[in-house]
Amino acid sequence: MKKTLMFDALREATDEEMEKDNRVLVIGEDVGHYGGSYKVTKGLHAKYGDLRVLDTPIAENSFTGMAIGAAMTGLRPIVEGMNMSFLLLAFNQISNNAGMLRYTSGGNFKIPIVIRGPGGVGRQLGAEHSQRLETYFQAIPGLKIVACSTPYNAKGLLKAAIRDDNPVIFFEHVLLYNLQEDIPLEEYVLPLDKAEVVRTGLDLTIITYSRMRHHVMQAVDILVQEGYNPEVIDLISLKPLDIKTIAESIKKTHLVIIVEECMKTAGIAAELIAQINEQVFDELDAPVVRLSSQDIPTPYNGKLEQATVIHPQQIIEAVKRLVKLQA
Amino acid sequence: MKEKVVLPVIHSQNYEINKEEALLIYQDMMLGRSFEDMCAQMYYRGKMFGFVHLYNGQEAVSTGVIKALQQQDYACSTYRDHVHALSKGVPPKEVMAELFGKETGCSKGRGGSMHIFSAKHNFLGGFAFIGEGIPVATGAAFQSIYSKQVLQSKEDIQVTACFFGDGTTNNGQFFECLNMAVLWKLPIIFVVENNQWAIGMAHHRSASTPEIYKKAEVFGLPGIEVDGMDVLAVREVSLDAIKRARLGEGPTLIEALTYRFRGHSLADPDELRSRDEKAAWVARDPIIRLKNYMLVNNLAKPEELKDIEDIVHKQIEDSVDFALSSPEPDIKDLRKYLFADDKI
Repeated sequence: MKKTLMFDALREATDEEMEKDNRVLVIGEDVGHYGGSYKVTKGLHAKYGDLRVLDTPIAENSFTGMAIGAAMTGLRPIVEGMNMSFLLLAFNQISNNAGMLRYTSGGNFKIPIVIRGPGGVGRQLGAEHSQRLETYFQAIPGLKIVACSTPYNAKGLLKAAIRDDNPVIFFEHVLLYNLQEDIPLEEYVLPLDKAEVVRTGLDLTIITYSRMRHHVMQAVDILVQEGYNPEVIDLISLKPLDIKTIAESIKKTHLVIIVEECMKTAGIAAELIAQINEQVFDELDAPVVRLSSQDIPTPYNGKLEQATVIHPQQIIEAVKRLVKLQA
Repeated sequence: MKEKVVLPVIHSQNYEINKEEALLIYQDMMLGRSFEDMCAQMYYRGKMFGFVHLYNGQEAVSTGVIKALQQQDYACSTYRDHVHALSKGVPPKEVMAELFGKETGCSKGRGGSMHIFSAKHNFLGGFAFIGEGIPVATGAAFQSIYSKQVLQSKEDIQVTACFFGDGTTNNGQFFECLNMAVLWKLPIIFVVENNQWAIGMAHHRSASTPEIYKKAEVFGLPGIEVDGMDVLAVREVSLDAIKRARLGEGPTLIEALTYRFRGHSLADPDELRSRDEKAAWVARDPIIRLKNYMLVNNLAKPEELKDIEDIVHKQIEDSVDFALSSPEPDIKDLRKYLFADDKI
């Protein structure tokens, strides 16, 4: 094991896969000479050169489309969104050509592309740089959507995403790059479609992903001291949802709280609740509770920004309320 | 290095072409024209549906460019894509079956008129939104350079021909990709089929500088204007552009001045284009022009051309029979092709 920062884990994943397969390349703004705005591609340009770590002009829709064309013709590009928000400018390419083209072409082409970068609400970055885009992409058919949350899963998941023959939208979180933990020295790959049971428990199931996992765990530390025993599931895969793992947990706990960073309207939780109702409604002892961020553009002011996303105290209160109702 | 911008070429009437090549070109243009005429018939008979955009009048561009390519080269099209696919070698019966929505179609009946694809023929697709095929084609061209330099391919550099219309040249993806293609000297030919009209928007009403080939200058690639009703002229400039691309000398922008003889789609009442304008262009029919050239220059005898017309006629009939008799996709395969492993 070795202590590894999140951005280094992502860099290692990229480096290892590039070393193994020379069809793998990185495309994006400032990924080369600059080393990536969060240093995920640091040093790779020196090692692999201009074509394999391609600095692009600021033309998101076009370089994303270019990566798709390269993927259709045999390469395995990783597109870095300097900030995932910028990929709104590439929405057409991501939707029509990354997501839909394989189906529309009747299976003529596969599109092994990873579109990755920092998403989520940072620290006072303003509305446009603090978006919660996972749900914008969720409706696009043909995409896999993954959100990593720790250095360990970031590395294993990114390697799997690069090896997958389908387009994968890979969300990192702008506030998690400096997270550090021990990760194995030997190679490992994690499945893209499996939720991670972070903590087993019996009282209720808390489902979350990305940075909110850490808010949930802060809340859980306090709740455990007070005698609560929650189960925590990190979704990892936002599309498809690992409803099997979720259903198994609900059959045990019968209570669910979903904690998400995306906005409430048509959020990840909205879809998750619908699937829970379809599959395990009879197992529920109470309506599913969702804690989502506010349906507003992320405000700049620090206090307002804080109030936009969910914090551990709100999770603690929600858990107590729900468990008490059942007592 | 900034290339010198090439001024419009005034073509001599003598082209270097042998009989075999000329016959092949004639056959390809006839195939395109006859295929589209049959589509109109089938559409009005309720055999094909949705938006169907026919290529009549523009055949010199598809044939002139694509028949100058090699098999391993790529072509990328728009929503007006049937004829580009045919020129690239996609069998007419597979395109017809696609238009009928059949399982035997080149896109398995999932794509339709605007989404013709064939990986086997390096035909990158039918892209239905304006401009979105240009980045994809640019990516294929990037792949060619990558394969050569990183993957150490021993093959010739593959060239990509990317087609789009005059309306698209007001879209950012066009400019963004000209920039990237020149930056990285990509082996791509940007072919503008300037048919003067973007549905009902006359080109001069939408472009601040209507001469599209001139837009190449600021990006530093050759911009060439060519008579898009003269297949041999198109072929000549294409061969030059392809040669440059294959030698690693970078992209070329070709503006082919052409005209569509039918409305924007079969649903278009086509009320804005004047009768005089249409008549003037129909008088320049590229197929008749080639036919006359071949006869005058002893490149073919009338009976040889008649034989080709018969072959094409038979091909089209066969493609309709094939499409009619082919099965529809099975409902149980509704989700098939969504993912590469097809498990979900």
